[in-house]
Amino acid sequence: MAEKEKILEIKDLRISFKTTNGTVNAIRGVNLELHKGETIAIVGESGSGKSVTTKAVMGIMASNATIDSGEINYVWYDEDTGERNERDLTKMSESEMGKIIRGRKIAMVFQDPMTSLNPTMTIGKQIMEPMIYHYGKSKEEAYEKSLELLELVGITNAKDRMNNYPHQLSGGMRQRVVIAIALSCDPYVLICDEPTTALDVTIQAKILELIKDIQSKKDLSVIYITHDLGVVAKVADFVNVMYAGKIVERGTIEEVFYDPRHPYTWGLLSAMPDLSTNDPELYTIPGAPPNLAYEIKGDAFAPRNQFALNIDKRIDPPLFPVPGSDTHFCASWLMHEKAPHVDMPESLQRRIANMKKEAGIE
Amino acid sequence: MSETVQPILEVENLKQHFKVSRRFTVKAVDGVSFKIYPGQTYGLVGESGSGKSTTGRSIIRLYKPTSGKIIFNGQDISGKMSEKDIKLLRTKMQMIFQDPMACLNPRMKVIDIIGEGLDIHHLYETQEERTQTVYQMLNLVGLSKEHAMRYPHQFSGGQRQRIGIARALIMDPDLIIADEAISALDVSIQAQVVNLMKNIQRDYGSAILFIAHDLSMVKYISDHIGVLHLGHMVESGTTDEIFSNPIHPYTKSLLSAIPEPNPVLEKKRTSLSYDYATSGLDYEAGTEHYVSDTHYVLATDDEFANMMAQQDIIR
Repeated sequence: MAEKEKILEIKDLRISFKTTNGTVNAIRGVNLELHKGETIAIVGESGSGKSVTTKAVMGIMASNATIDSGEINYVWYDEDTGERNERDLTKMSESEMGKIIRGRKIAMVFQDPMTSLNPTMTIGKQIMEPMIYHYGKSKEEAYEKSLELLELVGITNAKDRMNNYPHQLSGGMRQRVVIAIALSCDPYVLICDEPTTALDVTIQAKILELIKDIQSKKDLSVIYITHDLGVVAKVADFVNVMYAGKIVERGTIEEVFYDPRHPYTWGLLSAMPDLSTNDPELYTIPGAPPNLAYEIKGDAFAPRNQFALNIDKRIDPPLFPVPGSDTHFCASWLMHEKAPHVDMPESLQRRIANMKKEAGIE
Repeated sequence: MSETVQPILEVENLKQHFKVSRRFTVKAVDGVSFKIYPGQTYGLVGESGSGKSTTGRSIIRLYKPTSGKIIFNGQDISGKMSEKDIKLLRTKMQMIFQDPMACLNPRMKVIDIIGEGLDIHHLYETQEERTQTVYQMLNLVGLSKEHAMRYPHQFSGGQRQRIGIARALIMDPDLIIADEAISALDVSIQAQVVNLMKNIQRDYGSAILFIAHDLSMVKYISDHIGVLHLGHMVESGTTDEIFSNPIHPYTKSLLSAIPEPNPVLEKKRTSLSYDYATSGLDYEAGTEHYVSDTHYVLATDDEFANMMAQQDIIR
């Protein structure tokens, strides 16, 4: 793979929320890299901190959140001069974020297209608004560009649609409009926060294919946040598995799906039935995620992990590189050279062997 | 399943229309027929707006069906019901709802939420008996009796869905209608709830009408599947028949849209698209055509010949 330019890098990000029940440490040291033209996925249960991480990138966190430490470095080239800029987004002021970054360089597509659109404005107006605000385009220019965008996202007779209100469109159509708005200012990074969870499978497939198509046309970098591993398999190049505010496994999609190393990833992969599953009982991860309002000693996953070692209860494991790969990392003491050898559950082994056979590798 | 067993639920040509204005009527369900046998799980799939939830709600009589027959336990419950029929329906048929946040009264304790059915139908002699029954149910769904005195907001989504299941089970129902019961839950929690439902079905032999749009989960849990589109049942059959030999173009597009967790394959695949308006099919004129064993597809004679011809080409 050719060396691609790194455009977004999150370094040891820590975020906490002040609540009436004390401080909740939602993000506990996240590292993330995004290269140009790439798609990465962040997978995890609700409450694992995947949305908070990306909201920090956009600078749209809740008012009780504080960034305790860490950097979010973002690289871009000026549109006119071509000058290289690198800034730490956590240190930028709110007005700078609004003017330079948000919507213009990094755009976001939210889960529910019903609530992310303004019900009292025509969709044409809503698509034109960011272009007029960020680039000072005239109404005519913005109108022409909006028509192009609507066609790009696969909406037919765009001229009529411009005058429609959100309630006149179906869920899939609305999500297309949201994507058109996100793309209106030619961003470099698109963050999709569960873009298809509220949609049907048939429409989900269409939207995912649409995003992929636009990505290759515009050389976008995309961050997907989802808990659906099928969606991840369809779109992502790299996968980050998140648990309790930390990334526990990271690697290329093939590495994580065909050679998972972390017991939590094993659990996630086993819990989702694929079309060939006919075991009498689905595998489940016992217990529930930890409450982040309390201090976590050792590995956060240890209480739910049947393979937990003694050290897991005392010291949080660092990210170990997986031997034989320079992109695959896993935060588990099982990866330590002195740890006992543990194999993944047999049912998962069988399933991965099957998947590999179907895919025609090995 | 042998033919001598009486179906627990028989739906015949069910129609549910909603009159919006004098000129416009929404035909949410337009002639749906199927049967559920005791101890079976019937999966109802389709996109939103296909009428799958409406079908479930008409069966449990949250709506008054426009026409058609619903026969539950040998009794017709589609028309005006007597007191006795209503009592039968409200005890022996139970529903689990989609949103575990919205379906529990936030001002009631768990013990009262679960025990409410017992109160209404006077199913206990003493308070002690009521409490014990509720504890049993909590135990059955994997919660403990310490949870009984808490309020819904003190539970996580998966736990709330368990409370919803306990509330349905306490009436010892013959049929449970699960309307998107796991859609709002996380993957790992989904698996826990599905396992729970399967275990309960095995132990108590109740039938389940499983309404969902997640096809991999439907495939896993169901014995029979009915595919709904625009208020019509376009294809029905055993899970195996539908998944290994889909005939109807809508079923095919639905199956092709399921993302599988296999990255190498998934990257290459594109989904089939299907649009009723341009497909040239006419659901109104279609009749049920026999494919094999219990496998039926909705089509006119010409359309059916076409579909089967295409099927042969693929082979």
